[in-house]
Amino acid sequence: MTPSPARAALLAQAAKRILITDGAFGTEIQNWKLVEADYAGTLGLKADQKGNNDILVLTKPEVIEAIHRAYFEAGADIAETNTFSANTISQADYAAEHLVDEINLASARLARRIADEYSARDGRPRFVAGAIGPTNKTLSLSPDVNDPGYREIDWDHLVGVYQQQAAALIKGGADFILIETVFDTLNAKAGIMAVRRLEAELGREVPIMLSMTLTDLSGRNLSGHTVEAFWHAVRHARPVTIGLNCSFGAAQLRPHVQSLSAVADTLIMVYPNAGLPNELGEYDEMPATTAGLVGEWAERGQVNILGGCCGSTPAHIAAMAKGVAGLPPRRLPVLESVTRLAGLEPFIMAGD
Amino acid sequence: MTTTTRPSGSSFVNIGERTNITGSAAFKKLILAGDYARAVEVARQQVENGAQIIDVNMDEGLLDSLHAMTTFLKLIAAEPDIARVPVMIDSSKWSVIEAGLKCVPGKPIVNSISMKEGEAPFLAHARLCRDYGAAVVVMAFDEQGQADTRLRKVEICKRAYKLLTEDGFPPEDIIFDANIFAVATGIEEHDRYALDFIEAVAEIRAACPHVHCSGGLSNLSFSFRGNEVVRRAMHSVFLFHAIPAGLDMAIVNAGQLDVYDAIDPVLRDACEDVILMRRPYVEGEETATERLIALAESYKGKDAAQEKAAEEWRGWDVVRRLEHALVKGIDMHVVDDTELARAAIEARGGRPIEVIEGPLMAGMNTVGDLFGSGKMFLPQVVKSARVMKKAVAHLIPFIEAEKLALGTEGARAKGKIIMATVKGDVHDIGKNIVGVVLQCNGYEVIDLGVMVPWSKILEVARAEDADIIGLSGLITPSLDEMVTVAEEMNRAGFTIPLLIGGATTSRVHTALRIDPAYDGPVVHVLDASRAVGVASQLLSDTQAEGFITDTAAEYDHIREVRAGKGQSALLSLADARANGFVADMSQKAPPPLQPGIHTFADWDLADLAECFDWTPFFRAWELAGNYPAILDDTVVGESARALFADAQAMLKTIIAEKWLTARAVCGIWACHRDGDDVVLAEGEQRIAFLRQQIAKREGRANMCLADFIDPAGDWIGGFAVGIHGIEPHLERFRAGHDDYSDILLKALADRFAEALAERLHAHVRTTLWGYAPGEQLSNEALIREKYRGIRPAPGYPACPDHSLKPALFDLLNAGENAGLVLTESCAMLPTAAVSGFYFGHPEAAYFGVARIGQDQLEDYAGRRGIDLPVATRWLRPNLD
Repeated sequence: MTPSPARAALLAQAAKRILITDGAFGTEIQNWKLVEADYAGTLGLKADQKGNNDILVLTKPEVIEAIHRAYFEAGADIAETNTFSANTISQADYAAEHLVDEINLASARLARRIADEYSARDGRPRFVAGAIGPTNKTLSLSPDVNDPGYREIDWDHLVGVYQQQAAALIKGGADFILIETVFDTLNAKAGIMAVRRLEAELGREVPIMLSMTLTDLSGRNLSGHTVEAFWHAVRHARPVTIGLNCSFGAAQLRPHVQSLSAVADTLIMVYPNAGLPNELGEYDEMPATTAGLVGEWAERGQVNILGGCCGSTPAHIAAMAKGVAGLPPRRLPVLESVTRLAGLEPFIMAGD
Repeated sequence: MTTTTRPSGSSFVNIGERTNITGSAAFKKLILAGDYARAVEVARQQVENGAQIIDVNMDEGLLDSLHAMTTFLKLIAAEPDIARVPVMIDSSKWSVIEAGLKCVPGKPIVNSISMKEGEAPFLAHARLCRDYGAAVVVMAFDEQGQADTRLRKVEICKRAYKLLTEDGFPPEDIIFDANIFAVATGIEEHDRYALDFIEAVAEIRAACPHVHCSGGLSNLSFSFRGNEVVRRAMHSVFLFHAIPAGLDMAIVNAGQLDVYDAIDPVLRDACEDVILMRRPYVEGEETATERLIALAESYKGKDAAQEKAAEEWRGWDVVRRLEHALVKGIDMHVVDDTELARAAIEARGGRPIEVIEGPLMAGMNTVGDLFGSGKMFLPQVVKSARVMKKAVAHLIPFIEAEKLALGTEGARAKGKIIMATVKGDVHDIGKNIVGVVLQCNGYEVIDLGVMVPWSKILEVARAEDADIIGLSGLITPSLDEMVTVAEEMNRAGFTIPLLIGGATTSRVHTALRIDPAYDGPVVHVLDASRAVGVASQLLSDTQAEGFITDTAAEYDHIREVRAGKGQSALLSLADARANGFVADMSQKAPPPLQPGIHTFADWDLADLAECFDWTPFFRAWELAGNYPAILDDTVVGESARALFADAQAMLKTIIAEKWLTARAVCGIWACHRDGDDVVLAEGEQRIAFLRQQIAKREGRANMCLADFIDPAGDWIGGFAVGIHGIEPHLERFRAGHDDYSDILLKALADRFAEALAERLHAHVRTTLWGYAPGEQLSNEALIREKYRGIRPAPGYPACPDHSLKPALFDLLNAGENAGLVLTESCAMLPTAAVSGFYFGHPEAAYFGVARIGQDQLEDYAGRRGIDLPVATRWLRPNLD
């Protein structure tokens, strides 16, 4: 299998400095005050499209392009494609399943074109991460409290869904597949299997990025895994980055970033929300505040890549980029060869 | 009353077997009846009873196994109490395994795959397991069938290992099952099965780095179905011998194992004869199998009740007996007596807690008073605690049941104390002693074990609503980690007292570094005997305020003194170097007779026991005095003699039963001095040393280890030794609530490590380096370091930087050659270990680097090629 040059290039950059990934798309799209007609365009779909942010790459590509540019201007090294819900399960809500290939292909191509444009300008490499969301279905939990053994979807189906999306993203020029906002560890494992199958099909390595999201302050995701158990459960993916996104603000993520940083022998990428939402569901943490909080991780040598999730803006990303410029990146720990198993909690079997 | 949490890393793993349909008739019945709700309860019980992994097997002809497997796995995924542990997906059908893998979100183990159908399907299954994120059990099974002889077992496993690792499969995710077959079947070919397994395990572990070995235990005793006493004894004896050989997990019903030492010696002997083939076949004589079968008859339907030794105190009433047992530390009858006392109290309408509040506390109070007044010493206190723990363990189920029934709460302890050895550090003898002493005095101690991150300490402290947190550590980087814990406690808004203890901690360090980091009270506790006084004052309504104010004032004073004066002046680094030690290089040691690396896989334990330095052993138990004079000491002599006798007895067993393995590696390399560095000829490896900078009197040099090496060419050595195999025995002691034996064994293991360092050094001086071929020194002379040359260890005064160890370990390949690993703070594992450098120059001597200046710190960071903050962290104890 041909190794990925993008993995090597990202590692080389990350050895020199702390890298920056981009921030939220949702908040930025809202600023454009788009209406149903903007979303729907001329696609003639049966359902309303307002809120289907991923479809804008087909109907209002200038909006997505402008946001990618704003983040690169702010100092981002990595663009994440605007494809969080571009899978057949999520698009079914908009009767747009048949457009999944097209959305992913167009999104990846768009991000690739702009990334290459910025690289050509200053010679600094820019990367494209093809973003894969968790879908709104879960493999390890029952939606029916009276029937804990019931599941809405099965593994093979979800692997197929993910593989379709990943294939289109890679075809469109994405460097990595970013399996993000992992609330169910088993969904992420299905995503890993999908990428493995894609690799076999393409005959080349497709590096994976993984990002977990926490649902409670003690540091577990919805399926109940601790940060370290999650790492054990996905380490076989040989991910180029592992980390946390969304969840809470940086203040609440702090201890969990520290524990993950201590156990993971790969790059740590964290992109928290801009604080916690207020009573109206809005994020009002100032760029300087977020940058200060994530800057603390950088100073403690706990992170390699920083960015933003819900509520973050190009101003937040610019403040982070400025704040961590010149700080040394986290060095990767060398781990012992011990058996790392996991239930909801990690289990280590010591060697001899 | 007490909770003990073991660290998650553990060297022998119990895999629960009750959810295995092929092994548990009860579980099979439930599944066949479709009663999954109760089947899930079986899994829950197993985890509650301590299974660290649960085995799920649904292989049954009458069942749709695939459906049963996925249904059950999905159901237990919804139960956090069960799903917290990893699952072992167990089936002989790949389709069932793969269906299971699609339901398990963590990282499970697949049991099993094999080369039964050849290499191609084996590798295909292994790759899939890897892509699903699972570890695998590989059965010793190939195209020819299941391996039964040692040779076949080893050969098949080695072949599988090679195939898997060459395919990129992580070796640490391979677990070999070399097939445990039934012995004592009456068929002669079966006689070697157990021994072959044990020997094969040892060979497999040696030949295949990082793998684990597992096995299903119930097969072994298949011939004795229905005779539980014999089966349990066989299993315990088997594990007793297989674990040291390298068996590190087993599918076993943990509740049905006996403590090896507690098995009737006659039965134990007969089991051992069968399992280890100890009785060669002699025409006309009874074979080992025949003897065990005959003996087994007498255990049918009976339990192995033993005649009790009728001693005088056994005739007393039960309350008095309990007090006596506690004060004397006799644990033999304590469970029976506790039960008698409980039943008597129940009969008159009392509550189980009254046993604790009455006779047990009375006994412990006596112990506490004797200890407090210096009439009793730590070893006895720890023994008493063992008795107390066993009694309390017996009472807890009754107290819990009562709580459930009445909704009442048990007696509240005097206070709840969290204890932990901080992250990066593995030393816990002192912490355990403090924990025992506190428990003896009525405190509830929650011991988080070793290598505990601050987040865990805070989490448990909060969840348990703790009254005090106690931190322990032995190596210098732990001092920094303690500051981190203090900072994080502050950040999290804690206000409860923080106690600091352990060999490298000090009142001065606590005052200067830890106290300022935390707004709540911080107290340095000098030794175990002070712990109770400190805890009781801190938690007293009337004394706490005064004590806290006094301590704070004392630390303020220390800080003022340090800030003001009292520190000797430092020379500049250049001046210190100019005043370096000038060794006479015409005297330097000749080139070694045998340069390069030498390894010792199994140093004779009896040989090491002869050169123990016992004085530090007594110090570990807080008995002050030098050996052998301490045995006749008027104050502690009696206590020391009793401890020494127990130590000698255990030492004898350790040697006779080969509990421990002493491994060592050393090397001698050509080098030259370059400034304060020693540069190795091979590969330009550079070892940077530190120089004393404190201004000296006329005629005294500012020493640096590099001063003992000739710039024109010389030799330097390195060594690392470790004592392996302690875990299964500690495990056994912990299971038996036996802190005394636990601490005793650890303290002896430390002695073995020091003795091995001593012996190895002598071997180097006389033979390997050979600069002192005729050296003949008595043990006393060795202890007083009357030999030529020194062996300074990283982390100790002459060479205070622990972070030199990784480079030393690389030079020695200490991981492979002596089985030693380093934690992030450069503590060595196993804990009983020593490493260091050899200097052969006759003028080489130990010294303390002590305080150094910023100029040397920066220079040293440059020479080491590390960042200034990193160097600062490692050298903090030597900085202002």
